[in-house]
Order: sequence, then structure tokens, then C-alpha cells
Amino acid sequence: MSVLVDKNTRLLVQGITGKAGGFHAKSCMEYGTNLVAGVTPGRGGETFEGKVPVFDTVYEARKETGANATMIFVPAPFAADAILEAADAGIELIVCITEGIPVQDMMRAKNILKGKKSILIGPNCPGIITPGQCKIGIMPGYIHKPGNVGIISRSGTLTYEAVWQLTAQGYGQSTCIGIGGDPIKGLSHKESVELFNHDPGTEAIILIGEIGGTGEEEAAEYIKAHVKKPVAGFIAGVTAPPGRRMGHAGAIVSGGKGAAKDKIAALEAAGIKVAPTPAEIGSTLISLLK
Amino acid sequence: MNIHEYQAKELFEKFGVKTPKGQVALTAHDAEKIAKELNSPTTVVKAQIHAGGRGKGTFKNGFKGGVHLSKTPKEAGELAAKMLGQTLVTIQTGEEGRLVRKVLIAQACKIQREIYFAILIDTATASPMIVASTQGGMDIEHVAETSPELIIRQTIDPLAGLLPHQCRKLAKQLGFSGESSRLACRLFEALYKLFIKCDCMMVEVNPLVQTLEDDVLALDAKFGFDDNALFRHEDIMAYRDIDEEDPRDVEASKYGLNYIGLDGNIACLVNGAGLAMATMDIIKYYGGTPANFLDVGGGANEQQVTEAFKILIADPKVKAILVNIFGGIMKCDIIAQGIINAVKAVSLPVPLIVRLEGTNVELGKKLLKESNLPIIAADDLGDAAKKAVEAAGVK
Repeated sequence: MSVLVDKNTRLLVQGITGKAGGFHAKSCMEYGTNLVAGVTPGRGGETFEGKVPVFDTVYEARKETGANATMIFVPAPFAADAILEAADAGIELIVCITEGIPVQDMMRAKNILKGKKSILIGPNCPGIITPGQCKIGIMPGYIHKPGNVGIISRSGTLTYEAVWQLTAQGYGQSTCIGIGGDPIKGLSHKESVELFNHDPGTEAIILIGEIGGTGEEEAAEYIKAHVKKPVAGFIAGVTAPPGRRMGHAGAIVSGGKGAAKDKIAALEAAGIKVAPTPAEIGSTLISLLK
Repeated sequence: MNIHEYQAKELFEKFGVKTPKGQVALTAHDAEKIAKELNSPTTVVKAQIHAGGRGKGTFKNGFKGGVHLSKTPKEAGELAAKMLGQTLVTIQTGEEGRLVRKVLIAQACKIQREIYFAILIDTATASPMIVASTQGGMDIEHVAETSPELIIRQTIDPLAGLLPHQCRKLAKQLGFSGESSRLACRLFEALYKLFIKCDCMMVEVNPLVQTLEDDVLALDAKFGFDDNALFRHEDIMAYRDIDEEDPRDVEASKYGLNYIGLDGNIACLVNGAGLAMATMDIIKYYGGTPANFLDVGGGANEQQVTEAFKILIADPKVKAILVNIFGGIMKCDIIAQGIINAVKAVSLPVPLIVRLEGTNVELGKKLLKESNLPIIAADDLGDAAKKAVEAAGVK
């Protein structure tokens, strides 16, 4: 079992004729993802890799192919509109990889999405993968292994680190969700935990966070109240100085909020075992399973 | 990106945010001329640097204070002469201080009271939020902690914008009445328009004042612009003052590297922001201190890696360099080749510890080994951090 994506997912890629879009669409297809369509305005009628039809609009792609998930590689100035186009066309799952989208664009998009049934992951995220079934994103597929640990993280390479530590020890993953590093985003830490909590195929959860915002604290509250499955955690940014943005637009300690030590305390108060270093995320989770 | 006070004033004027009249001067002569044109009984002369605490600062020539009142245009010119070309040291500049290249000459106003007023993006609701308080002039975080009831918050629906009734409510809560309430509402609306049109993350008016004549003015503001949106704001981009930025940061941004200089002695070069932060943390965990944050991104090329090394070794405090790469899309052998070429190009003065993991890792490790360069290979992240701390001789 898994959450959000599996072998029945029918993927469409917005921005499929671009360099990054094409590269990763191909890599997802090679992993086994069912890629059914691409969208690039003005390029309708072409085919991708000789078999995947390209459409001018998401509406047509949805109608013609029954796509139910999209991966967005549209350049930042136009990406918020691409998200809304997918939602308007009724696409159930929207995974936005694009980084550098203006915050106010995302602010408006997030408010327009309220009340729509689409689920947004990202932007500025590595994507989502259910090992062995479906990869929607830029993560290297081979480091994953099918299994029953659910992983949630804001960052890309730090997630790979945790996944690799598990896989190397023989522990697989149900689904890994990279929710992204932007201050305004779709799926939150808490909503991801909820999904894993209700998934019978997920037996344990890893929650990876970083400085800035309050997403990890909200997830911790939910875990404390509702989650019986073992949860391991890690928070990056203990050494980050306040007021400096650490790469991710959301990773900033400001106004006395979002410091790593507060997040670690919140996680521990919720009964989550927090790894002391990023090298021990996998072993911390494994210690809970024994 | 930060901007100067006189630039904030220009933005205010452009969006109809009422502010005392003023202009920037590069010479004492101009300062006197501007003061004369302002035709105000009192003017204020303010040194233009990005750091705060100017009023209480001291110039290296002994002149005290970067903010002064003057009664005559001649006096304004004299004050400007004492500031221009001099180095001002404030609590925020550090010992080295900042060279003052420009001064602002503005009308002085008679302040009845100071209000704190900020607009920011509340990420929890994905909406703009106004945060205000009658306790202007005080440290707002202190007010929030000790008297949270004095902080007024108003969430704004971004699809509807700031509504007239919300302005009236805010004005009332902030103690404005009659004509001053009407002026306050007009100021709030203009500030909100500026906030949206300039793609701000934050506008903090510091201070917003009610004058003795019951006028309502924004004196100065701190702006937080969204770097991701600057591509559509050439006018704001033009406000960038490279003289006010850390030269290491300027160099890094030229090569598209995400670099932040810190005070430690172990430099790190990592791909991915989260992993870069985590690498800094594990260095600290094993007793070292990170010299920087550096994310080379997912698609760094050889030139970027070389430039990154140059920036790292230019810092005299650095005693060891730790490279931590989890090659996903980027292949480890390509990264290894980049490191080898970079090391050959810059001739490393300190030990280099490299930890590679991911795609083509064996090939990458082999390349590093066969290069015969003095590179210390690490097996995993923990091992790498321990070796870096040891090499830096911290323990």
C-alpha cells in the first residue's frame, strides 16, 4: 500500500518539451511511471519519445488521456498559472517541481485552490515516489526500495540521505513525499502525516524538517493526538543564524519563530524520537522497529 | 536585498504613501541646496547606510551621530560635510563600520506619537497580514512578548485586497479619530498597494507618526523584497547597492551559488539546502564550527565548483574543507572530476575531506583516489564530519 500515487496513477507533465521537463519525464517513465501525456502551449500534436502525446492545454490532455496527476516543470514566472490550469482541469494530484516562484503568486494560487479537490505538492520540491510503482519527481529512483516506512521532508538531498540509510539497512519505503522548501506550499507536514497514519501499508514514519515556519510543530501536535505508529524525526538548521535565509525561501528563523531547538522540543514532546545527526536518521527509525 | 532610506522615500512617493519631503545628496553643497529648497524651519540630515542604529553611532573621525537636526540650510551643509566620505560605526556595522557616500536631507516633523505598522505575508494562512501597535518606537518583539494584547493583527484576503472597513477598524484600534483617522486609512491603503505591487514579503514602517498638526506620515521603512519576484521589478533591482553587501556573498551570487558566510573554521560545500544545513549541524555536533553555508544546487557545473572552492579558501579562518555530495541526478564521477580540476586550479592550502554518495559513487571514488591529490575520503556523513573536525585541529 501507499499514499497518493501507485501503479494506477496516470501522469501528465506540464513543460514536457523543456530541457528539465523532458529529462525527468523520461526518467519517471523509465522507472515505470505510467506517463500518458505532456503539455506545452503551442506544441500540441507533437509526441514525446515517439509515443507520449503532447497537448496545448491541460484540459485537452485530461480529456483525451484521463491523466489524474501532473508534474510541473514550467518556468517560475508562469508556474503558479500552470498549477491553477491543472486544478481547473480537475487533475487530482499536482506536483510542482519548479523553484523560484514569486511568493505572492503562490499566495494567490493557494487561496484560489481552496475549495477545489486537487491536492498540491510543492512547489520547489523533489516530488513523490511510491517505490516500485510510481515516481513523480526528480529523485534518483534506484536508492528507494518498496517497504512500509513513510517519509516526509521539505528538502531533496536530505531526503535521499534518509532513504539511502534505510535502503542500505534493508528497510523499504511505502511512499516518500517531498513537500518542498517554499514558505507557501501545498501539502503540509501535518497533512502528509495524516495520509500515512491512515495508510495500512505504512507502519512507521520519518518526519524531516528544517528551520522556519511552524509546519513541523503542527505535525507534532497531530502525531501526539492521533498517531500510534512509531515516528522518527530530524530537524536541520541547529547552527543556522537567525535572520539569514538558508537556501530554501522558507528556511529562515525570524521574529523568534522557527528555530531548530523549538522544533526538536515540539517533536520530542510528541513522543517522536529525534535523530541527533543527519547520519543517524535511518538507524533512529530502525531502533523503534526492534 | 535591502534598500536605503532615501530609496524607501522614493517608493513611498511613487505609491502615494505620505512622507516628509526630502532628497538625497552626494555632496555638502547639494545638501545645503536641498535644505534651502525644502523651505522648512528644521531639516534632518541622515547618513545613508544599510545598518541600523545610525543615530547613536559614531564616525571614525570622532563626529557623533549619523542623524542630526539643522536649523538653517548652511548648517545642513556643514553636517553633511562631517558625514560624507566618513566611516560610521553603529551597533549593527561591527568595528569596521560603513563608509557614508550619501546623506538624506528631509523636512523634520513634530511628532505627537509613534505607531508600529507592518504588512507581511502570513504563511500559515497564505495571506497578507497587518501587524500594528500603538507602542511604536519600542522593540515590537518585546511588546509581543510582554503585552501581547497591544499587538493588533488583521488578516487580508489576497483575492479581495485590503477593504475600507478593515482600514477604519485598524485606525480606530490605533487611536486615530476624525481627520487623522481618514488620513491613516489613506496611508494604510497606499502602503498595501505598495506591498502588493512591489512583491514585498514585508514592509515595516518604522516609525509611522501622528504629528502635532494631526497629519499621519510614514517616516522610514524596512522592506523585505521577494528575490524570486525581482525579475519583474527592474526599478527595485536598480536600488541594489553592492557596496553595502558582504563581498563573499556578492562573489557567490555572481556564479549562482547559494553562499552565506559564518564565523567558524570548517568550510562546507554541499548539494541541496537541507543537506547543507544538516552538514553544518553535524560539524557542530562533533565539536567543530561551520565557516559557511554553501548549496551548489542540483546541477552545479565544474566552473561553479571551482569558484565555490575559491570563495571557501579566500576565508583566512578556514582550516579544513568538507565536501558532502549526495549525487542523485548529478553523477558522482562528474562531481569528482569537478573537484579534482578545482583543486588543481586553486592549489588547496587546507585539508579537504570528501564524502560522495549516490549515482556512480564507485567511479567517483576511484577518480579521486587515482588523482593522487591530498584528498581525505570519508565513508559516510558521520565519518566525514569527524574527519573534518579532526583535520581542522579543533579537538
